[in-house]
Order: sequence, then C-alpha cells, then structure tokens
Amino acid sequence: MGLELYLDLLSQPCRAVYIFAKKNNIPFEFKHVELFKDSILGRKMPGGNNPGHSHEGQQYREEFGKVNILKKVPALKDGVFTLAESTAILLYLSRKYNTPDHWYPSDTQKRARVDEYLSWHHTNIRSNAGKALWIKVLIPLFTGQTLPPEKLQEVMDELAISLKQFEEKFLQDKPFIVGSEISLADLMAIVELMQPIGVGCDIFEDRPKLSEWRNRVEEAVGKELFQEAHELILNIKELSNIQIDPQLKEHLAPVLRKMMK
Amino acid sequence: MVVELFLDLRSQPCRALFIFAKKNNIPFEFKHVELLKGQHLSEEFGKVNVLKKVPALKDGAFTLAESTAILLYLSRKFNTPDHWYPSDLQKRARVDEYLSWQHTTIREKGCKIFITKVLVPLVVGQPFSPEKLEEAVEELNSALKQFEEKFLQDKPFIVGNEISLADLVAIVELMQPVGCGCDIFENRPKLVEWRSRVEEAVGKELFQQAHEIMLNVKNMSTTQLPPELREHLKQLLKP
Repeated sequence: MGLELYLDLLSQPCRAVYIFAKKNNIPFEFKHVELFKDSILGRKMPGGNNPGHSHEGQQYREEFGKVNILKKVPALKDGVFTLAESTAILLYLSRKYNTPDHWYPSDTQKRARVDEYLSWHHTNIRSNAGKALWIKVLIPLFTGQTLPPEKLQEVMDELAISLKQFEEKFLQDKPFIVGSEISLADLMAIVELMQPIGVGCDIFEDRPKLSEWRNRVEEAVGKELFQEAHELILNIKELSNIQIDPQLKEHLAPVLRKMMK
Repeated sequence: MVVELFLDLRSQPCRALFIFAKKNNIPFEFKHVELLKGQHLSEEFGKVNVLKKVPALKDGAFTLAESTAILLYLSRKFNTPDHWYPSDLQKRARVDEYLSWQHTTIREKGCKIFITKVLVPLVVGQPFSPEKLEEAVEELNSALKQFEEKFLQDKPFIVGNEISLADLVAIVELMQPVGCGCDIFENRPKLVEWRSRVEEAVGKELFQQAHEIMLNVKNMSTTQLPPELREHLKQLLKP
C-alpha cells in the first residue's frame, strides 16, 4: 500500500501539502474528502439513522474517522502510520523523500527561521486569512443569512495587522522568508493568502512587496501546479450551488454563531 | 558569548524553554522581561523581538522568536538527548503533530482561562465574568478530551516511553489554569498520572522552580499595571 493523502483543495493546508508532494514528485494516492459533502465532522451513528446516504459514503466516513480521529484535513496514511497537521505532514514528507534542502534548510539558523514562521503562522495568518471566505460565502450558505459589511471589514482589518507583521518581521527585503530560496514557510503562507482572493478580497492589491513575493513563490512552485491547486478556491461561486447536509448544518451551528458575534 | 533567553516565567512558553535549557545544562543568561511592567513593549526589547513577545532568544547577532523554534534550535545546537525530538521519523512526526495542533487548542483555551479570570479583571478593574469563565473551561475540556484520546492515549508520554518536547509544551500550558485556581487535573486520573511522570522526568525541583511564580498568581490581583500597558492590553483583549 502506498502513501495516501486525504485532501480537499478548498482547505489551505491541504493545498500546501498537495503542492509540496506534486512539486517533489512524491508518489501518493489522492483521497478526496469533500468537506461539505462528506461531512468529516463526525457522524455519531455511521451504521444507523442516515437516510438518503449511500452505504459507500458511510463506509468512507468511518474509514476516514479511523485515519484521523480529529476529523480534519489534511491527513496522511503511510501503511499503518497515520498523521494529522499539515506542518507535521510536510516535515515528514520532506524527510522521508529527501526533498531539496531549501524547503527545510539544514543550516541551523535558516531552519530556525522556517520553524519560527510555521509557529507564528497558526495564530496570525492562518487564523485570519480564512475568515473572509466564511463571512462572505460559507456562513450565508449555511445559515441563509448575510452578514453586515462591518463584519467583513473587521476581519480584513485583523488580517491587515498580520500582513503588516508578515512584511516587517518575516519577509522584510528578502526574496523569500528565509532568504534567496523558497521554503515550507513561503508555501504555508501563500496558500492562506489565496483564500480571501477566492471571495474577491484581493489582499495583494496595494501591497506591491507582497505581490512581488507572490509572483516569486508561484514561479518557484511552477505556475501550472499553482493554478491547479487553486482552481477550486478561485471558482468558489460553484460552492453556492451545493446542497448542504442538514446534520452538518446543525453540527456547525455553534461554531458559526460564534463567528457571527 | 552565551545564549540569552528573554523570559518571564508567568508565560507558559517561557517556562518550557527555561525547563528545557536548565534540564539540559545549556548555559544561558536569563534576561528577565517583566510582562506586568510592560517591559516587553520597550524599544530595547523590540530590537530583540520586533513582535514584542516573550520568549525570545539572542545568540550573538542571531535573534529568534517563537518557543517552538527556540526549543528546536537549542536541541540542535546543544545536541540534547534524542528523546526530546526523536530522530526516528514517525516519532518525530508525532512531536511535530502535537506542537502544531496545540496552538489553537490547548494553548489558546488555557490562555483564555488565564485571561478571563486574571488578566481582564486586572485591566478593567472589575471581577471576572463567571459565564465567560465557564465558556472558557468548556472549550478547554473539549481540547483535553482530544488530548487524551488522540495524543496521549494509553502511552506513558505523547510519543511513547519517553518525555519529548510535546509533553513539555503541553504541561506548561496546563499548569496555567491550575495557577488560576482551575484545577483541570481534578477528575482526570490519566492526566494526573501523565503529569506525575512528566514532573519526574523533568525533575521535581526544576519543575517547581519554573512554576513558582505562576502558582502564586493570586498576588497578581494587587498589581498596578503601568498605564501604557493597560491601554495596550485593553486593545488586545477587546471582545
């Protein structure tokens, strides 16, 4: 059995893992987990009261539950070894497949810079960049309500603070976060910053330095691969035609109410 | 020149670093940055870490922020024993997995309890909100459940038989609510046993030393925050 990567390209960290694996010609089986169709948030009775759901669908959900008890994507399965968290997956793949040094440099200080970014990323870029999608598309989709424009502004203002720190502390005047070559840090950052683009919030507009960095990252990754990974999020309007599973709606309701406050 | 670690032991990630450096006999200069005096907001400290947060490291001209990055840097530079960050690929991945996951779960929710019960009252001069505290405790409970089910399971430590950076980072976060009077270990025998093992692996004396200031956090309620810090916190903590 080969390497399996459980992914939905709507998810930013999934895109990072996808791009990394493809760019480095790492052979893997793409196991598609559709976040809003297959409900990976956990069905309490996989064998039971789920009218209108195929047997295969239920099995898949059970299987996925075993792969990642946290029920989040991305997830990796390598033989009997399963792994969650994109950072952990990227590092595991880089080590197992001996990817080029620049992704996670062996130089102690450069490596520390990647670690530094990957840590800060969680509660700054990652926590803010995804919100625009929720506010503009997902919450209305799930609740049937649109949110006031102030909500979006609030979220974009918070992201602006993170972007300022990103440019001042992490990027500075270098071509990439660590120096002259792309690393895991740039990859994790770029996929997050593409998320608001998909819903019409162009955070690169009026940020020339960031824009130039984005072009360099796209080129280093390969424009075709970059486009391929981002096709889904850049065509997010298609999502509004999807029927949302009522159980999923119910499960997400508390999360959504919090985001709306 | 010796490594400088900029720390305030009221901060969880600072404790992890302090314990790690001491346990491994890593020579360092303890540079005290007193958070309650707003010393982290100074221009001088800003030269060490432009993000103006602790912990921070200075090694000659090289400066570094983020406890995870600093722990890994020290483990590599000083060649600490393998169990802290195992060279075995899968064990190492387990440490990475925990270090990644904990940011928005154990760390965030543990912090929230401290903020709700201790920090906000200090800033606004009013007693804490019991509803908000209950909400924060519920959220941590959820994270603790995942911690026990996914990360700890029935193993002695997160990765297996030996303590690693994952356990260290986890324990310091879980001591924060304890210091606020929320004993999250109560009624969680498995967690209590894990905590005992971690304390023993670290060394009880060192563990106590690192946590002394946090376990006396009641003293904080009489602290006078400098006005600049109070304003800064008001902005940060606004709901």
